[in-house]
Amino acid sequence: MLSMSRDAAISVTGLQKRYGDHEVLTGVDLEVPEGSVYALLGPNGAGKTTVVNICSTLLTADAGEVRVAGYDVRTHADQVRRSIGMTGQFSAIDEFHTGRENLKLMADLNHLDRGRARTVIDELLERFELAGAAGRRAQTYSGGMKRRLDLAMTLIGSPRLIFLDEPTTGLDPRARRELWQIVREQVADGVTVLLTTQYLDEADQLAHRVGVLDAGRIVAEGSPAELKSRVPGGHVEVRFTDLARLAEVAAVLPEATADAESLTLRMPNDGVASLRRLLDRLDDDAVAGLTVRSADLDDVFLALTGHAAETQDAARDENEMESVR
Amino acid sequence: MSTQQMARPATGYVVRDSLTMVRRNLLHWLRYPSLAIMLVVQPIAFLLLFVYVFGGTLGAGLPGVPGGGDRGDYLVFITPGILVMAVASVALGTAIEVALDMTGGIIARFRTMDIAKVSVLTGHVLGAVVKTVFAVVVTLAFAVLLGYRSEAGPGGWIVALALLVLMAFALTWLTVGLGLAADSVETASNTPLFLVMLPFLSSAFVPTAAMPWGLRHFAEHQPFTPMIDSLRALTSGAEAGWDLWLAIGWCVLIAVVGYLWSKRLFTRVPTK
Repeated sequence: MLSMSRDAAISVTGLQKRYGDHEVLTGVDLEVPEGSVYALLGPNGAGKTTVVNICSTLLTADAGEVRVAGYDVRTHADQVRRSIGMTGQFSAIDEFHTGRENLKLMADLNHLDRGRARTVIDELLERFELAGAAGRRAQTYSGGMKRRLDLAMTLIGSPRLIFLDEPTTGLDPRARRELWQIVREQVADGVTVLLTTQYLDEADQLAHRVGVLDAGRIVAEGSPAELKSRVPGGHVEVRFTDLARLAEVAAVLPEATADAESLTLRMPNDGVASLRRLLDRLDDDAVAGLTVRSADLDDVFLALTGHAAETQDAARDENEMESVR
Repeated sequence: MSTQQMARPATGYVVRDSLTMVRRNLLHWLRYPSLAIMLVVQPIAFLLLFVYVFGGTLGAGLPGVPGGGDRGDYLVFITPGILVMAVASVALGTAIEVALDMTGGIIARFRTMDIAKVSVLTGHVLGAVVKTVFAVVVTLAFAVLLGYRSEAGPGGWIVALALLVLMAFALTWLTVGLGLAADSVETASNTPLFLVMLPFLSSAFVPTAAMPWGLRHFAEHQPFTPMIDSLRALTSGAEAGWDLWLAIGWCVLIAVVGYLWSKRLFTRVPTK
């Protein structure tokens, strides 16, 4: 519709935002095709939340064009709101309501009729494993349950596009995996997702495309595999039982580096082929231990930006938190 | 994106969304009974204090009572003022509730939804009206227990209650604005305190004629005085006359200003 490529659910061009003297976004461009998952990857303070808040009509941009679901967020905020669901970084549930009452609140605000509301609420409670806790106040829920309820509230209006701002920050590994599964089910139903995350593995698990946000601009973009292939740091480490065996294997693998003191051989891991070549050289009884270490966000950042992925500026971080209010 | 957008604007749901938000507001109240108790404790405490500590002396100074009044006369004199304090007390609580609400993530959710935006505020205001009716009824029942009797008929009482509801509506629109304007919950609990102070500088506890000139001038022209005088007339079976129109005028003015201010504070898209 209108002047954008037909299949883009989100289209952002030249987005700029500053808080006082602080430039938070210095020109972000991104496009999310309908039905796909786009992950904005970056450390605290990179501007991830600001991008999401502008796309979801919570904030206005200083410059740039943002179209969501085909509508300009500046001039057609209501139409945008009709198409989206938002799960922010901070819990957006009513703590004094029970799980079911929270969902009822959302059903009513989405103007579902009574019968339909009851069906949808029961379905969501079941699917998000909250049926047993439906009558308890949300205050008493665990972090994972609150996140699931939060997401269920977002989904009750069946939005075709959802924003997830750091959906698994603070969750334990099991709760994270459960949430990932829920997101995958949504994607299978054709929902478009824009998510922000600090974790490469989360982007890897969920996203079709990843944009690396650093100091207010996208410094790299691609599929998770493409990004990881640009990143050194993923490697295999083999610990040998004795020095002779270590020397033997090291001699035939020129790309590996041997450390005689710890009896380990370290080899860059650039895929199954190199791994197989290494394993072919190893005798079972020669190996005391083997570790495969994949690239993490720190590796990605170091490789793509030349600096580590730590919070770049405490003030900016605060601003980002502030902007959620 | 699919284009199955409904043709109607979100404002078409302003009543439905407001009722949903009132339900949310009242549910909070039920989940926090201590808040409900606090609402009636303050006016009842003032009632007891003024009737039993000051009532004997102040009653003796009431004009128009032959041979000087007593504690019972003073109870009749201050009950309308105490009811107004109950209204102010609910309004003050609303400022705190609004400020608390704004700190939670759920407001961000409401802002990204296609709902009648003002319903977030009308939920607080209409919820406060319900709470006010509760506070007024309980306070009045307590006054009756202490010996308060009214000579007014049902007509006078209906108008008196309607005026109290109108006052609750007006004052809470003002305190919703104060809650939104406050940068913290602490600020929101302080800025509306003038609403609790103002009745002391009105005709609520002593006739304004007994005050020094400057204070008397202020007391006679501030909004609470016509409200209290109207209630006093209506609940004693007298004609409220011009005071009633003045009281209604003040309420409408405060409600309109409070509404416009609150709406402006809430619907501006934050730049930060």
